[in-house]
Amino acid sequence: MPTLKVNGEEVEFEKGMTVLQVCESAGVEIPRFCYHERLSIAGNCRMCLVEVKPGPPKPAASCALPAGDGMEVLTNSEMVTKARNGVMEFLLINHPLDCPICDQGGECDLQDQAMAYGYDGSRFEENKRAVEDKYMGPLINTIMTRCIHCTRCVRFSTEIAGVEDMGLLNRGESAEISSLEQAVASELSANVIDLCPVGALTSKPYQFNARPWELKKTESIDVMDAVGSNIRVDARGNEVLRVLPRLNEDVNEEWISDKTRYACDGLRKRRLDKVFVRGADGKLAPSDWNTAFKTIADKIASLEPSEIGAIAGDQCDVESMFALKDLMGRLGVTSLDCRQDGAKLDPSVRSSYLFNTSIAGIEQADAILIVGANPRWEAPLINARIRKAWLNSPVRIGVTGEKLDLTYSYDYLGAGPETLKAVADGSHSFAETLKKAERPMIILGPGAVSRSDGAAVLAAGRAIAEATGMIADGWNGFNVLNTAASRVGGLDIGFTPGEGGLDAAGILDGAASGAVKLVYLLAADEIDAAKLKDAFVIYQGHHGDAGAHAADVILPGAAYTEKPGIYVNTEGRVQMARRAAFPPGDGREDWTILRALSDTVGQTLPYDNLGELRRAVHTACPHMTEIDAAPTAEWAPFAGDASLSDLSDAPFASTIENFYQTDPISRASETMAACTEEILSRAQAGRDAAHG
Amino acid sequence: MALLEDKDRIFTNLYGYHPWNLEAAKQRGDWDHTKAILDRGRDAIIDEMKASGLRGRGGAGFPTGVKWSFMPKENTGKPHYLVVNADESEPGTCKDREIMRNDPHKLVEGCLVASYAMGAEAAYIYIRGEYRHEYKVLEAAVAEAYEAGLIGKNACGSGFDFDIYVHHGAGAYICGEETALLESLEGKKGQPRLKPPFPAMAGLYGCPTTVNNVESIAVAPTILRRGAAWFSSFGRENNTGTKLFCISGHVEKPCNVEEALSIPMRELLEKHCGGVRGGWDNLLAVIPGGSSVPLLPKHICDDVLMDFDALREVQSGLGTAAVIVMDKSTDIIKAIARLSYFYKHESCGQCTPCREGTGWMWRVMERLVRGEAEVEEIDMLLDVSKQIEGRTICALGDAAAWPVQGLIRHFRDEIVDRIKNRTRVQVPAAAE
Repeated sequence: MPTLKVNGEEVEFEKGMTVLQVCESAGVEIPRFCYHERLSIAGNCRMCLVEVKPGPPKPAASCALPAGDGMEVLTNSEMVTKARNGVMEFLLINHPLDCPICDQGGECDLQDQAMAYGYDGSRFEENKRAVEDKYMGPLINTIMTRCIHCTRCVRFSTEIAGVEDMGLLNRGESAEISSLEQAVASELSANVIDLCPVGALTSKPYQFNARPWELKKTESIDVMDAVGSNIRVDARGNEVLRVLPRLNEDVNEEWISDKTRYACDGLRKRRLDKVFVRGADGKLAPSDWNTAFKTIADKIASLEPSEIGAIAGDQCDVESMFALKDLMGRLGVTSLDCRQDGAKLDPSVRSSYLFNTSIAGIEQADAILIVGANPRWEAPLINARIRKAWLNSPVRIGVTGEKLDLTYSYDYLGAGPETLKAVADGSHSFAETLKKAERPMIILGPGAVSRSDGAAVLAAGRAIAEATGMIADGWNGFNVLNTAASRVGGLDIGFTPGEGGLDAAGILDGAASGAVKLVYLLAADEIDAAKLKDAFVIYQGHHGDAGAHAADVILPGAAYTEKPGIYVNTEGRVQMARRAAFPPGDGREDWTILRALSDTVGQTLPYDNLGELRRAVHTACPHMTEIDAAPTAEWAPFAGDASLSDLSDAPFASTIENFYQTDPISRASETMAACTEEILSRAQAGRDAAHG
Repeated sequence: MALLEDKDRIFTNLYGYHPWNLEAAKQRGDWDHTKAILDRGRDAIIDEMKASGLRGRGGAGFPTGVKWSFMPKENTGKPHYLVVNADESEPGTCKDREIMRNDPHKLVEGCLVASYAMGAEAAYIYIRGEYRHEYKVLEAAVAEAYEAGLIGKNACGSGFDFDIYVHHGAGAYICGEETALLESLEGKKGQPRLKPPFPAMAGLYGCPTTVNNVESIAVAPTILRRGAAWFSSFGRENNTGTKLFCISGHVEKPCNVEEALSIPMRELLEKHCGGVRGGWDNLLAVIPGGSSVPLLPKHICDDVLMDFDALREVQSGLGTAAVIVMDKSTDIIKAIARLSYFYKHESCGQCTPCREGTGWMWRVMERLVRGEAEVEEIDMLLDVSKQIEGRTICALGDAAAWPVQGLIRHFRDEIVDRIKNRTRVQVPAAAE
């Protein structure tokens, strides 16, 4: 292994590392602004200058300098100190020293490094430069005078997000970052706020809200999609003020989608904070837990188990679904479903509903077939991984379904199942591409599996997977892209119709026809509530959305930031969310509501605390104990009776109409409404104008 | 010292007394047995160029033959390119312009010879945006050469396929920096690239590329025809050959002239330009190599030689050999302040020291012109210039710092006097 000396100490390094990385590995801090591990090297801030021997008698930018065997690197020499002081002085001469009113204060790289590497005063007597602030959409607030032109934001948006919306205009001291006065049209746009080392790009919704040291930081898991992004929830008192990404190389790296980041203001709006019971006058009236439980118990006692159904929503934690399933089982109810969208996933074979390749595994793929999915909206971080693979390797991507801008180029194969059939029977040329590939993968999106012929689509997917060598030792290329955070967990614990039970659509149709008389909605809102008019509906959840409007009894639950819980992401990765705040008003953790209700209906659930409940979950599903383990699931036959001839001709269509509003929380969020208005509607208007 | 004789001039149509076209160029000796030159083989051509001692004429003075030898010898599977830097924007410099409009075939032939030596299948000539006329002439010359089978498929009957593309820039000084030029040529914003990798490894479109100045390429065919020994017989050791000098400013007859390197500056000015306006003693200072090198006061100009090493010894440089002469009527501080404005205006804005520092220096310089400063600020300015020098990706930071450093080095007294002599109009403090 080659070695070099950092400040006289011998350090081993791997070929290809830069001097900056070697210094880091030796525990020597190198200040930097423009350098970022996940972005291309710009080398423009000049803060990371070090002295290198042998070499010219001037400092070198360590971020861009490949480490060489036998090099001698000095980071504490006079030359380096002087260089750092100088760069720091230059950065500050035109930087407004407005730290007291800057939102970056307390988490500002410039502030920190000025303390460590700067002069204590300024020699600059001229007027400071002022730069006009830019409009970058409803999420990114700009105070461009603070910009130090590191271009991290430009590099992020062009490289990671794959949009060319941001750039550096003009030159010299007139250089300005700009998005040409348009909102940055990316689902990942707000990550530039985290990347900005100064207060030039700050969070618009969080503007002037709090200082970082006032916040209680809780590490948790996101539920806005099925990626299970690792997040940090920052709360002051009982109010969640912001959500930030947390590093997890296997899941979200260090990015999160704009919805994950900004839907949190929806946690303060439209909350269910009281128990409601529909009175004799047909109106919902505030009530108390005992009355509500009594009302429910009386109703249940008057019904046959077959007249009862339960649907779990998209953001439920495993524990509450497990408790509801347990309760329903004790009552003899078999009509249970956690697939509101009607996805025809087969709960009996775990690998049939997972993203088996794993998110990180995408980077190894050399051919990808995307079927009926819009990963850019359904899982922005999975889309970013596909883009990463596309940028770094010669991966061939084929798309069947809608023709969308996915931020990478692909072969468009066709709109509907006929293309899928052609690939399955080998008559399509892309089948050959998949066969030749060493690590091919297929992604079945919700637009493919939640149709009435979803089982046939799954069968076709399985046929393709088996025919093109996607199932091999150490590689499983069959993937289902789920969008509901609760989906995999619900299927794992079997929150699906039992013997003779109805699925979600069956329950709703039954309610409409009168066959089902009581429906228990566990935070389920993505349903046609009109069908529930005649049934007795219990809604347990946190937001006054579609489900609550149809309810006869409302039991206020907890949102994802307000309860500890287990979530299983689309890969099958079990992750633990933690409580950052308490539910407002009378709201309770969901499993405790079910435990209390079980008492009243006379079927007491056998766990008195979360630990006991989790033990019950673990007994039923042993893999739930493996927190954050990489997913593996045995390959087995599934989608048994469905055949390719059952495929309809209808083209695949995405199930998401509006990325920013997909669930009760984001629908309650003002920020997400602003995004819908300022980003989506305008983009649509632009498209209409272009076509008109 | 004897002046360069006409028979030893390479650029025999420098002043455009004759037509530029192919027929006339052939009469001047261009395209004469080019095939025979190519037939000597790649290594022989490069060795001859090395032996000639030709140093790059764009300003840095890197040996041209050595630069050519950096190109990968074996087949890398990628095309190789020659890029000719015709983005001549250094203030005071106007030599490439004369070559391109009066003697373009020297450049076209040079492109063929150099590309052949480096295995480059195409040459791109990146010409400065303001050079409209030169662009048209060069395009026409290239078309003539194609027509005559001198370039294109089987160039000069050598079996070598070779293309030339002339690309018109948009008039940004920074695009004359070789890697910014490559970026611009690729259609991107003209910002210098980080090195390494150097263009010889990954240049234009990521392929091995050599970037040469127009003059370096244009002299190559003549060197190869007349021999390295002939070329290196001019000038001093390590500073050999003839060179185009562009003399502007306070001389009787500003001109471009081809002379042997190492000619004494005083001789250059007096023999070719009619001397300094008002006589040698009226000389204040000379910028010997284009705006980015430090100026030299008269006492150094008295006996300094015009070549790379001699000028480096006096803390300046030959640069592009654009000699800017200033007599005693010059406000030297204002002159340098104008250069500071130029560099502030042309900084690409990538690196912090250059982006922020050039503006700072210019503003201080403007105050020094008026004497509105404290004496301590002179040292501060010097310190700021040192904080820019050597801290940036490209040499524009250095180029901005050196004129200021030269001024302070040689004319500190002038600056101090101006500060001290400033009439301080006492403005009564406003009553508050």
